[in-house]
Amino acid sequence: MSEPLVLGFETSCDETGIGLVRGHTLLADALATSMDEHERFGGVVPEIASRAHLEAMVPTVHRALADAGVSAGDVDAVAVTSGPGLTGALLVGVAAAKAYAMALDVPLYGVNHLAAHVAVDELQHGRLAEPSIALLVSGGHSSLLLVPDLARDVESLGRTVDDAAGEAFDKVARVLGLPFPGGPPIDKAAREGDPAAIGFPRGLTGPRDAPYDFSFSGLKTAVARWVEARQRAGEPVPVADVAASFQEAVADVLTAKAVRACRDHGVDHLVLGGGVAANSRLRALAEERCAAAGIVLRVPSPRLCTDNGAMVAALGSRLVAAGVAPSAPDLGADSSLPIEVVSR
Amino acid sequence: MLVLALDTATPTLVAGVARWSAADGAQVLAEQAVPSGTRHAELLTPAIRDALADAGVTRANLEAVVVGLGPGPFTGLRVGVVTAAALGDALGLPVVGVCSLDAVGSGARTVVTDARRKEVYWATYGADGTRTDGPAVVRPADLAAGGPFVGDPAFADRLGAPVEPAEVTTAGLLRAAAAQLADPSSAGPLVPLYLRRPDATPPTSIKAVSQT
Ligand SMILES: [Zn+2]
Repeated sequence: MSEPLVLGFETSCDETGIGLVRGHTLLADALATSMDEHERFGGVVPEIASRAHLEAMVPTVHRALADAGVSAGDVDAVAVTSGPGLTGALLVGVAAAKAYAMALDVPLYGVNHLAAHVAVDELQHGRLAEPSIALLVSGGHSSLLLVPDLARDVESLGRTVDDAAGEAFDKVARVLGLPFPGGPPIDKAAREGDPAAIGFPRGLTGPRDAPYDFSFSGLKTAVARWVEARQRAGEPVPVADVAASFQEAVADVLTAKAVRACRDHGVDHLVLGGGVAANSRLRALAEERCAAAGIVLRVPSPRLCTDNGAMVAALGSRLVAAGVAPSAPDLGADSSLPIEVVSR
Repeated sequence: MLVLALDTATPTLVAGVARWSAADGAQVLAEQAVPSGTRHAELLTPAIRDALADAGVTRANLEAVVVGLGPGPFTGLRVGVVTAAALGDALGLPVVGVCSLDAVGSGARTVVTDARRKEVYWATYGADGTRTDGPAVVRPADLAAGGPFVGDPAFADRLGAPVEPAEVTTAGLLRAAAAQLADPSSAGPLVPLYLRRPDATPPTSIKAVSQT
């Protein structure tokens, strides 16, 4: 008998993601995004995202089923992001997933979005080593996790105390006149720049600071001040050098803390996830430092690092295999669902 | 035709099961009206299960879904609409959307429901029940339409007239859906009646980041 087919729903931010997974095999990863509609606001507008999720829902489910070459009746379980995320956006996915689960008469798993970012790596690199350390960085989150058991036990080691890393990329891109979202254009501009040109601050890296927490607000402000000083003086802004130096500061802090977490906890596997994990400098520096420290680094392809339905289906698949109980019929959404709650 | 009717446009969600025919209209078999506040997503599918059980039918017996498209608070509204769309898709059923205000009260009336921000959603109806104006959103003091008012009695003071309490019902939803049920190919797209644009204004000028 083949492994169960799991249909995953992800609507925690601006991507409507529908994934289909069997065991560790990715069958479909259909995505609709409202990113273009948010661009002129310089950030995601929750109400616009929620409206777009509703419009995209059924067509995206159809696309996933067609891509996988299966029919809805073949689905054995449904998984959905129940939090954290934007409440209104989450609720569209939760309501849709509950309806599909009821109509198809299959169990429903409300899952944690952050744990799903970790689970997606199993679709590319097989079963996760446990324990692993996970570093999740995106426009919405910056978290360092200890993962003793992905189905049941995930612990938070640290998180950002202010902005998410991805937000800092967006704000710095804006200061430099680069488009939203800021990650890809900064990565591109930085290739022509000198990462050591400007010594931007590394937040929370002092001896008395929380070892695994992050802060990107001070960095963001330092970049803005530096650029504004140039502009006031009537001098040209060296965009490539600013981008490279800013990116270096972010990658340096993230990788240093992740490697330290591995060492401190005696863990020799590190997983990256989240949209910022697509950043080329972060990947390169993580590889370098993990190799030096004897840590096995696992990074999903950039396509799977960003929010998608496959990651939710992947975690659902893991929960089914582990025999975890499905969600109660009154499942809802929790915008600040703690990472300790892998499923609910 | 066995029909499931849903509405989440008001704080009381409705899930009903009815037998409907063009000749005889609707015979309501079961109705769950659940005071759910902002917990529509949590409580809607359990209410549907209960309604199906009360009616003694299963989801496999259903032949159509009717859903209220609002107007109403957006988040709850979307829960109902996406639930109807998903059920229709998974079960292969036609889904018919109706204006939720059409399902409140009957006969000549002006329906008013809570639109928050000190405003009401409203629509007016002629003696035969057809909608003659609305749906729209307005401050009660600026509502030009006359009574009799039905709907949310909390607005009686601000309207300066009594409001007969009335809520969305399964029978009302089916009445509003009659033409589309008779010819499901005439059903329109399942687009909520938002009546308001999203709260989002593009920044007119980019402020210096260090000053924010
Ligand atoms: Zn994410």
